[in-house]
Amino acid sequence: MTTNILISGFGGQGVLFTGKFLAYEGLLENKEVTWLPSYGPEMRGGTANCAVIISDEPIGSPLVTYPDVLIAMNLPSLDKFEKDIVPGGMVFYDSSLIDRKVTRSDIKVFPIPATKMASDAGFPTLANMIVLGKLLKETAMFPAETIDKTIAKVVSARKQNLVELNKKAIQLGLEL
Amino acid sequence: MGDKVLMKGNEALAEAAIMAGCRHYFGYPITPQTEVAAYLAKRMPLVDGTFLQAESEIAAINMVIGVASAGKRVMTSSSSPGISLKSEGLSYLAGCDLPALVINVQRGGPGLGGIQPSQSDYFHATRGAGHGDFHMLVLAPASVQEMASLVFKGFDLADKYRMTTMILADGTIGQMMEPVSLDMGEVKHYDKPWAVTGTKGERTHNIVNSLSLLPEELEQWNFKRYERYAEIEKNEALYESFLTEDADIVIVAFGVAARVARNAIVAARAKGIKAGLIRPITLWPFPKSALKEAAKTAKAFVSVELSMGQMIEDIELAIRCTRPVLLCNRAGGMIPTPEEVLAKIEKADRIGGEN
Repeated sequence: MTTNILISGFGGQGVLFTGKFLAYEGLLENKEVTWLPSYGPEMRGGTANCAVIISDEPIGSPLVTYPDVLIAMNLPSLDKFEKDIVPGGMVFYDSSLIDRKVTRSDIKVFPIPATKMASDAGFPTLANMIVLGKLLKETAMFPAETIDKTIAKVVSARKQNLVELNKKAIQLGLEL
Repeated sequence: MGDKVLMKGNEALAEAAIMAGCRHYFGYPITPQTEVAAYLAKRMPLVDGTFLQAESEIAAINMVIGVASAGKRVMTSSSSPGISLKSEGLSYLAGCDLPALVINVQRGGPGLGGIQPSQSDYFHATRGAGHGDFHMLVLAPASVQEMASLVFKGFDLADKYRMTTMILADGTIGQMMEPVSLDMGEVKHYDKPWAVTGTKGERTHNIVNSLSLLPEELEQWNFKRYERYAEIEKNEALYESFLTEDADIVIVAFGVAARVARNAIVAARAKGIKAGLIRPITLWPFPKSALKEAAKTAKAFVSVELSMGQMIEDIELAIRCTRPVLLCNRAGGMIPTPEEVLAKIEKADRIGGEN
């Protein structure tokens, strides 16, 4: 089983961090994992994305051309990658920032008003973790009890004070 | 698996250098290798090492020559345009028979080019790293694990043969994260009686130098160096095979191209085409005998490259053009898709032995 995930949004929306979380989950579950960021000038204020592959087999190409799962945190990301999702795949998108509907009918669609929910909950920068929570619930890729362990691992040492907030944000997504 | 950590290729490479006993790094920032310098800027002071951001790539490689002359393990890193600047120093390192590790995390060229991944410095690394008759050992990592393990091996080979080892990586392998084990084993130590470390009045002084105005002498230096190269070509070629035993179509690819090729080979097998992969790990010495062996049973070869077709010449030479070799390539920072590689495999399968 191989899951190709593409996460895309504005630089600063935690796109790379979300990917890192999934990669660490994979590592802790003894899966094969790759995480590949887009790099270069597009990261300064423009759209950033990262490709995460989680597999039971050794991974060949770390590039994701046709994602099984897409997270779109802004409209340009949905516009760019919607057509590439494999039939039967999933898209999770921030419906507080994206005001159009997904046009594909052969994929599972999960609109999440993540930015609004994050603001209302008092942690406006953690919309990505709410979307992540929903993704973890719908894909059931990882056992729920590993989430706390992964958070502690993936949040850097100097930001450990944010661990609890991240957990809360993921919980909001899990409950959706 | 328990001891694996997630690291970027560039960071794993930098940590492995420290584990290999490298305590001197000289560099200059350039995308997509800047994480090497950034990581060592933090890490070197903690192990009493020297991290120095030089005023230019040329200055950095000359500092490498200095430390290498003193017999210490030393490293510099850059990306394609910066490696061009180091070319003079690479030739001097060879002329002085000095061990050093030089990292090239390639990006698209020529000129300033772009910043996306490329393999178009293959010729530079394997043929023309500078003026004069010389080779570097060239290692091509295809995973974050190999970014670490080949740095370890690279230092070892450099010391063993008194040569520069170049790690020829690309932007993808440098930037990506994968689980990596940093259990690198023991560091082998080599006596360096030639090093300029001060005589303490106890011996005649050593000279590290590439200049000889006596052609008879300079010729002998070259002959001796090439005897060493012949030994390396015999003993040090490394490659990995994937499904080659019964392969009609043999892909040859290194670095990220080999990983893309692997997907295409699995897809080709599902369609009933017997495809396999030979992945050179050493680009110099090139694993000629493995290719020669494969040519006995394969119908055709496909070279997958992020360049206009450079390694394809080594493939044709290795098999003495006894089989057709097709090129599947992208350039300028683009990467072939598995679908593109598969299409080329299917074409190779159709034409079979016809060139």
